[in-house]
Amino acid sequence: MSEIAAYDSKIEGNIIFTRLDAALNWIRKNSLWPMPMGLACCAIELMATAASRFDISRFGAEVMRFSPRQCDVMIVAGTVTYKMALAVKRIYEQMPEPKWVIAMGACASTGGMYRSYAVLQGIDQLLPVDVYISGCPPRPEALLAGLMKLQEKISGERSFVKQKAVLAEQLEDAFV
Amino acid sequence: MTGGQLLDSLSKLFGPKIQDKTEFRGETTYTILPSDLREVAKFCRDELSFDYLIDITSIDNFGEEPRFEIVYELYSLTLAVHLRLKLRVSEEIGAVDTVSDIWPTANWHEREIYDMMGLKFNGHPDLRRILMWDGYPFFPLRKEFPLEGLPSEMPDVAFTEAAPMEGGPFVTMPSTATTKDREPRARRPDL
Repeated sequence: MSEIAAYDSKIEGNIIFTRLDAALNWIRKNSLWPMPMGLACCAIELMATAASRFDISRFGAEVMRFSPRQCDVMIVAGTVTYKMALAVKRIYEQMPEPKWVIAMGACASTGGMYRSYAVLQGIDQLLPVDVYISGCPPRPEALLAGLMKLQEKISGERSFVKQKAVLAEQLEDAFV
Repeated sequence: MTGGQLLDSLSKLFGPKIQDKTEFRGETTYTILPSDLREVAKFCRDELSFDYLIDITSIDNFGEEPRFEIVYELYSLTLAVHLRLKLRVSEEIGAVDTVSDIWPTANWHEREIYDMMGLKFNGHPDLRRILMWDGYPFFPLRKEFPLEGLPSEMPDVAFTEAAPMEGGPFVTMPSTATTKDREPRARRPDL
């Protein structure tokens, strides 16, 4: 690639050509900071995933933030009761864009075995879920596989176009 | 005083107040009147050393009169004796006296019964719902309440929807058949 760049011996070999989307996506997908929404036993597996044996930091997602303001991906790990549902939604809304959601386990995906008056039948009724992980609870490997699926999804996103659309909208709102 | 003597002295002193006495596999159950509850409870704690209230539960005998039962599980830590007190409450009255000043642990147990069964406790210091939120309009453990729940809405607090039962409830059938036939999710709803 370097032969088409302007030749400069000082920076030779330190230049990579790529699309802006690809660069943005690469940055995003390798530093997904999770919001650990641990609501039931899935949270135990989530913790195991973060610990040394499975080590979620190999995927750049080890920075569990307990403030939604610093999170990229909400991992809904466990049974979402109706009492908790709006709190989960509120925390999701406090996360900055771009943001993603992983529904970890049967309960978060569909209500699982709790066909009951007290349990929300899937967090997708309130939040846009990107990845569903089956299992009750899923093993840490399954969570990692889900995370890799999300990374795959992110690397296919048209981030810059999306970003521009949001920017244009904001500008329009500001001037109208 | 041994456990047996203890219970004997209780039945002697409260003889007329004990409506019914059941012995089953070493478990003693006395049925008393709701109006005698506090008197009996105080006596059990102070004179008979039932210092530990293990649990309070409630039963909905839907279709019977009186409809509800409240069950007190007592235990004496000093003498290692169990005692069960039962009382029946009709739907119209729907309330009994609190024992939360006699055994402080009763506070949350009584709140749970209020939350799930809708029975009230006279004199309770803080009778709010404990599991569901304030303003939830139903009592979920009553027999007429459907398993899948009912829709409700409390703006900015919580909402509920009826869960899709799809022919449920989903109870695995005990048999030697394959998983496909034992697991209800694998069956068509009409089967």
